[in-house]
Amino acid sequence: MATTVTAQDIIRPATVSEAALRRPSRSLWSDAMRQFRRHHLAMLGVVVLVLLLVMTLLGPLVYRVPTDAIDYSAGLLGPSLQHPFGTDDLGRDLLARAMLGGRVSMAVGVVAVLIAITLGTLIGAIAGFFGGRIDSVLMRVTDLFLALPVLPFLLMVTYMFRDPLKKVFGPELGIFILIVAVIGALNWMPLARLVRASFLSVKQKEFVEAARCVGASDWRLMLSHILPNTLSAVIVAATVGVGSAIITESSLSFLGVGFPPDMPTWGRLLFDAQQYLDLAPHWAIFPGLMIFLAVLSINYIGDGLRDALDPRKTQ
Amino acid sequence: MSRYLVRRILLAIPTLLLISFVLFAILSLAPGDPLSQFAANPAVPPEVRENIRRALGLDQPWPIRYVKWLWSMMHGDWGFSFGSRVAVWDLIKLRIPSTLAVVGIAYVVALVLAIPIGILSAVKQYSMFDHVATTFAFMGFSVPTFFTGLLLIIVLSVKFQLLPFIYDSTLQVHDLSTLGAQIRQSIMPITVLALFQTAVLVRYTRASMLENLPQDYVRTARAKGLAESSVINRHVVRNSLIPVITLIALTAPTVFSGALITEQIFRVPGIGSLLITSIQNNDIPVIMAITFTFSILVVLFNLVADVLYGVLDPRIRYD
Repeated sequence: MATTVTAQDIIRPATVSEAALRRPSRSLWSDAMRQFRRHHLAMLGVVVLVLLLVMTLLGPLVYRVPTDAIDYSAGLLGPSLQHPFGTDDLGRDLLARAMLGGRVSMAVGVVAVLIAITLGTLIGAIAGFFGGRIDSVLMRVTDLFLALPVLPFLLMVTYMFRDPLKKVFGPELGIFILIVAVIGALNWMPLARLVRASFLSVKQKEFVEAARCVGASDWRLMLSHILPNTLSAVIVAATVGVGSAIITESSLSFLGVGFPPDMPTWGRLLFDAQQYLDLAPHWAIFPGLMIFLAVLSINYIGDGLRDALDPRKTQ
Repeated sequence: MSRYLVRRILLAIPTLLLISFVLFAILSLAPGDPLSQFAANPAVPPEVRENIRRALGLDQPWPIRYVKWLWSMMHGDWGFSFGSRVAVWDLIKLRIPSTLAVVGIAYVVALVLAIPIGILSAVKQYSMFDHVATTFAFMGFSVPTFFTGLLLIIVLSVKFQLLPFIYDSTLQVHDLSTLGAQIRQSIMPITVLALFQTAVLVRYTRASMLENLPQDYVRTARAKGLAESSVINRHVVRNSLIPVITLIALTAPTVFSGALITEQIFRVPGIGSLLITSIQNNDIPVIMAITFTFSILVVLFNLVADVLYGVLDPRIRYD
């Protein structure tokens, strides 16, 4: 009798205690969330980033000071109650301008990264999944892009193609599209390599073979079986990418080939502030701090996510 | 190894050809007239402008111009600047020393600082020193170089008036006082670049050390009874520095483009500022020469990194 195993035993082996059964279910994402919350600096990063987002997105609704009201008598004033960030040479309120510019800077970061992520995942997935000829062609293209000198190339393309895009989409949207497209198009390569490597290893696994046996199509295999396994790499790359895209946009604006003066992104504010470092240091300090805080908190969040999404580190 | 090297070099050549073709195509197809300076000048009649265009070879279709450019470039002739009628190479030659001095010294400073800090930070993981070092490193690469530069100017030049904030390129070093002036004006640009590079390298060195410390060969070394200092210095550091050296080789060219911004802040008359003024003046031969030189540097240093990796790490075999 001792050797017979009933169905009951299999469903509920006697060794498992009731308490253990009542333990809340754990999924990959809840594990990651728990792990992420332990990373104090990443949590601080979330708080700072949310504050910055609230300030730039909702701030202008509360702080109703025009961004372009010129008042020469109030030029280059330091921070005061009336103008918390001070004013620029034309007496425009810098807090209002920094809020407006923050919207543009953050939007550039997010949209550019979406482009880079889409391109990188797509190219990496196709190269890794199909292999062979397609793979070697795509990887050659990736190598070619990696050999481009990024910043000089960005400068060149942005400067040369700004006028036609301005004509088609208007001065603001045209520059936005140009900058976002160029940053996105020059930042997909590392992710493509990462996704490819991970596709190469995952596609050999048994569960993929099983799915193929059941008759899953190539697209289904890629999208719902292999891709989720590369998701954590994509998420981390996307997070950190937003920070570096913000820096790239600010660099372009700082070098004077980015946004026009009526779109005061943080980098553009710094570009304008350069001439007045002696009379109005606040003009440079506040927008610079905003960039620094945004990028620092994004990087810490990326760091926290990297730890949280790495199953080897989960406790 | 030598077969691998030959294959890599053979692969680098088509890459460079393709890049030069892409760069040339973009520059030629971009709207914007290289003769816009003349276009704005009413004193230049249209037929003269046409003559200039022909003299510069701009009347030919761009694929032909590309072949010509490639041919003369391979013979060491980089063409003439549209703006100043000076040979492109002479223009670049003038600017290289300032850039190399600033970038080179900054890189050396970063190396000297970053590697010991990274090693110590990993060996004493979670100590006070480690916390300070990692926080500094994290901040260092999150703060854009143009902001550090402006902050340094505000504090050191404006507030305390210790250092000049414009780089004087006409300064000739011939005695102690001019040498002092040269050092004083180089401090800030070098600090800005070195700070960023140090931050990147500290993080990388530390991570690489932490990867090696728990490995079996380290335990073996300790079990043999070696002193901790020789375990760290002769075993762990040597192995940990392999990827760091590769990273240094890989990032060396990006430092040149990073210097673009630093040169712009402090008005250092280097390659970067030459590139920016040429872009603003649509001076295609100069833009082409500089961007292509940067591309050559990237490809070259990629090659160096790969080869170094194989030389330093006998576990890597190329066949």
